[in-house]
Amino acid sequence: MRAVYLPAAPVARHRPRRMSAGRVGVYAFLLTAALFFLLPLYIMLTTSLKSMDEIRLGHLFALPLAPSIDAWRAAWSTVCTGVSCEGVRVGFWNSVAIVVPSTLFPIAIGALNGYALSFWRPRGANVLFAVLMMGAFIPVQVMIYPLVKILAAVGLFSSLPGIVLVHTVFSMPVMTLLFRNYYLGIPQELFKAARVDGGGFWRIFVQLMLPMSTPILIVAAIMQITGVWNDYILGLVFAGNEHLPMTVQLNNVINTTTGERLYNVNMAATMLTSAVPLLVYFVSGRWFVRGIAAGAVKG
Amino acid sequence: MAGVQVRDLTIRFGSNEVLSGLNLDVHEGEFLVLLGPSGCGKSTLLHSMAGLIDVAGGQIDIGGQDMTWAEPSERGIGMVFQSYALYPTMTVERNMSFGLRVAGMPRAEIAQRVQRAAQMLQLGALLNRKPSQLSGGQRQRVAIGRALVRDAGVFLFDEPLSNLDAQLRSELRRELKLLHQNLGSTMVYVTHDQVEAMTLATRIVVMKGGQIQQIGAPGDVYDRPANLFVAGFLGSPGMNFIEGKVQVSQDMARFSAEGMLLDLADCPARSALKDGARVVLGLRPEHIHIAEHGECAGTVQLVEPMGNHQVVWIDQGHRHLAAMVHEKTPLQAGQTLRFDVDRQSLSLFEQDSGLRI
Repeated sequence: MRAVYLPAAPVARHRPRRMSAGRVGVYAFLLTAALFFLLPLYIMLTTSLKSMDEIRLGHLFALPLAPSIDAWRAAWSTVCTGVSCEGVRVGFWNSVAIVVPSTLFPIAIGALNGYALSFWRPRGANVLFAVLMMGAFIPVQVMIYPLVKILAAVGLFSSLPGIVLVHTVFSMPVMTLLFRNYYLGIPQELFKAARVDGGGFWRIFVQLMLPMSTPILIVAAIMQITGVWNDYILGLVFAGNEHLPMTVQLNNVINTTTGERLYNVNMAATMLTSAVPLLVYFVSGRWFVRGIAAGAVKG
Repeated sequence: MAGVQVRDLTIRFGSNEVLSGLNLDVHEGEFLVLLGPSGCGKSTLLHSMAGLIDVAGGQIDIGGQDMTWAEPSERGIGMVFQSYALYPTMTVERNMSFGLRVAGMPRAEIAQRVQRAAQMLQLGALLNRKPSQLSGGQRQRVAIGRALVRDAGVFLFDEPLSNLDAQLRSELRRELKLLHQNLGSTMVYVTHDQVEAMTLATRIVVMKGGQIQQIGAPGDVYDRPANLFVAGFLGSPGMNFIEGKVQVSQDMARFSAEGMLLDLADCPARSALKDGARVVLGLRPEHIHIAEHGECAGTVQLVEPMGNHQVVWIDQGHRHLAAMVHEKTPLQAGQTLRFDVDRQSLSLFEQDSGLRI
């Protein structure tokens, strides 16, 4: 081992103690923070499993006496979202229908943009990129009214293609930036070698760059899926009644003004709505970190 | 096989003119080395031959055809990069065959060419590996193989050995030279390493600041450098420079500097010397011979043993000279010694222009 080569004279050093005061403090803080964020989840979960009679007792932190998934069932298939009473499942499938194309198109276009901007550098690329970045800083609200007018004029307002188009447009700056920065980290010589080998614009993109892009593709997918799924305002304005996403329907469930407030059903509906982003984070957390770190690692 | 002609080549990056009106002929089958410090434009010149940089003016002919605006793949070139630039998601075999597959070559011929190149470079056992599973030397061999399978008329090398350690570098250097001997293809090779230039080149092109300083066979450039820059750039340790004056009269020519007076009767540049001219005398370390009754004197400042020879740094007051001594004479720092100078091999430069006389 390395110690063999150390000088014979003993060096004044000792093994660091396992638990120093600072370490204890850090763990205490982490534990408190974790509890702080987990507490609402705990209350939501237990409440959703209680009956309304039990909820009225007011023991907020108590575990359910007779756990039942009736509230979950009701939230999924029978709760009233405004006029219709078919549960949040309608919204779930609407959201799926919006999220899938709103993830695929922006990633495809963003990757292509990033690739073109970082390797081919067409004339005016920097100006284009600057304009795109400016778009990222303009609040969505400013653009809603003009966009409504434009989409209405071309007959896409209140339709699935309309909302997908809106999501695609609004995600373009971030997607482009993401892929551009990733591709800037790939040596130019690789691109030049492919050019000498006769690769054209599309071939280099499809056969060389995309296979190297797995980490960033996953990061982009995570960002798009969670972003589009969590969207409320764009869905409310552009999707139309037929395609209202789950978030909008959840709001309709919780804000009904007639009758009794079904806390257990509300909790279950909320958890159902947040299930997809949660699942995405749990499944892909490892990839997310890897994608972020990928920029710092030499290939 | 093909030559390359570069005519009045001008290249700009923004408003910065990197090359202006450069002319260069690469003969068929020669190993031409572009040598110079970083930023001298040698890589830019190579990349413009490859078609990877747009030219602002001039013309590039490859194999007698105007290729100034041709796509890199249409130029009949193969290229090897410093960073290997292997496609990380493809196996060695796929890396080497990529260009051929793009060109739509029949599978049987692709396999045959890859096999031949792999055999030449001893890559047979590695064909199914990914680049990340290879060592640096193996990676660069694959990169060379990828250029070879193209059966190109001209091979371009952009500092291909710079990322390798010293031992691998000399090993691959030898392989490259053998490869050139066997293939006889035209090769253009960029490096800042003078040893690579000396050992590999048929001709060396020394560049500085976007200008060609000298073109010639390695021996010529080494023995008869065209100016002070070339003289100082080649050789290790570098050429000794001594500033002084020339004294010429009818029957004698002498170089005089502080503490040094040399008879220039045998000097090749004797006839071009003018009385009173301010010159720089260039003296290679191997042209200083230690002799008991030598005409110059100095003290030993430092001795660097190199195994088969030793480099002796001689202190002459405000001047330090490096001398290469092949004898095993034991020399001590601080001791005084006398030495002679090989007059036939020395170079003289004008002090103002730096040009060879």
